[in-house]
Amino acid sequence: MRAAIIVRPIDCSALLAEVAATSNGATVLFTGSVRASSDGRAVSGIDYDAYEVMAREELTRIVVEAVERFATSHVVAEHRTGSLALGEISVAIAVGHPHRGPAFDAARYVIEEIKVRLPVWKQELFTDGTRAWVDARLDSRTPVR
Amino acid sequence: MTVRVLLFASWADALGARSVDLDLAADATAADVLAALRERAGGAALPRPALAVNRSIVPGSTRIASGDEIALIPPVAGG
Repeated sequence: MRAAIIVRPIDCSALLAEVAATSNGATVLFTGSVRASSDGRAVSGIDYDAYEVMAREELTRIVVEAVERFATSHVVAEHRTGSLALGEISVAIAVGHPHRGPAFDAARYVIEEIKVRLPVWKQELFTDGTRAWVDARLDSRTPVR
Repeated sequence: MTVRVLLFASWADALGARSVDLDLAADATAADVLAALRERAGGAALPRPALAVNRSIVPGSTRIASGDEIALIPPVAGG
């Protein structure tokens, strides 16, 4: 079990290796990546800001909750900060479990909790040169220039 | 007392800094910190933030102590 806020690219193979165990009959890898469009606007990249110390603590709490709820110690989650290009992976969660149902459920739990609890923010960069902080709660945008 | 408040995302942009120092009354609360920061932001349209004290989100009634780690938390948008 591990949680990290990182600047380097996420290595999914390493995450899968980290949760591998002969007791596991199922392994789930979830990744979130930078999408080319947002609300119909063309996106060229995303800059992530994070309150790193709190984000690391909160992500660790979320992973511990998943370990307890879904009865597996094989849960790892990484979230990136900094500037990401289109297609780059911003978040990855790997879960190993004896059975597929709880493996999927644990990965889903971690990403949904990240979305509402992790002190991380994304600023979408649009191909027209403008940028805006995403306000997930309001599903609207705060233009800054 | 003087406290330093960490800023992120839209609020850091609006105030042009990653942190601000505030002079507060000795019995100041989290709500007082938020009010002081709103005043600094002037009329800027900004998402309503929460306040974290020592890396936990707190209610407005929480008393601030000298030496607390204080951060303004705009609505989060990770993933």
